[in-house]
Amino acid sequence: MSIEVRIPTILRPFTKDLKAVAANGTSLTALVSDLDAQYPGIGDRLLENGALRRFINIYINDEDVRFLGGLDAQIKDGDSVTILPAVAGG
Amino acid sequence: MSLTIARAFVDAIVEQSCAEYPDECCGVILGPVGSGKAERLKPMVNAAHSPTFYEFDPKDLLALYREVDDRDEEIVVIYHSHTETEAYPSRTDIAYAGEPGAHYVLVSSRKEIAPAIEFRSYRIIDGVVTEEEVSITD
Repeated sequence: MSIEVRIPTILRPFTKDLKAVAANGTSLTALVSDLDAQYPGIGDRLLENGALRRFINIYINDEDVRFLGGLDAQIKDGDSVTILPAVAGG
Repeated sequence: MSLTIARAFVDAIVEQSCAEYPDECCGVILGPVGSGKAERLKPMVNAAHSPTFYEFDPKDLLALYREVDDRDEEIVVIYHSHTETEAYPSRTDIAYAGEPGAHYVLVSSRKEIAPAIEFRSYRIIDGVVTEEEVSITD
């Protein structure tokens, strides 16, 4: 099962500038782990102490994974995953 | 490094910052991919509705990036207002800055200096803030 993952500009140094990559996993945890195996270091930019970083939004199709169980969110064949940096500040 | 921006956009951003005061206001200016030109102003909702924080709603954020992709555009400017402090990136602004290619524009709508308006632009890359010149065109 191969899932398309869209990569934001700020993380493209990890993916050799690819805008989209393929990864495997039936949960978000597994998917992030596979991404990090393929593109070492990217996992640390997505997770902090085992939780999703506050500054990063991940979507499965159109839904923010925070509403789908976070890292436990299930992923199925044909889903697409989008990673975006939050636009926020003080 | 500098930002070239139309006076109409400067006026619109300042107006938005006053209209949404005391909350911070925010938005983007988009342009054709690779052009670096600030051509299309798109005010965004501050989902935090706060005088000390701004955040694009995650759903709005996804819709924005899809729209930008569909139109072969890029985010040229990300702007927000500071309501009580100077137009300089806060520690939170620096921590969140996730678009290394964007100009981060800050306006201050603090009342004690009104009607003078601060309108400044920065690059924020890997935690390093570099102020740049703003040239306003008529």
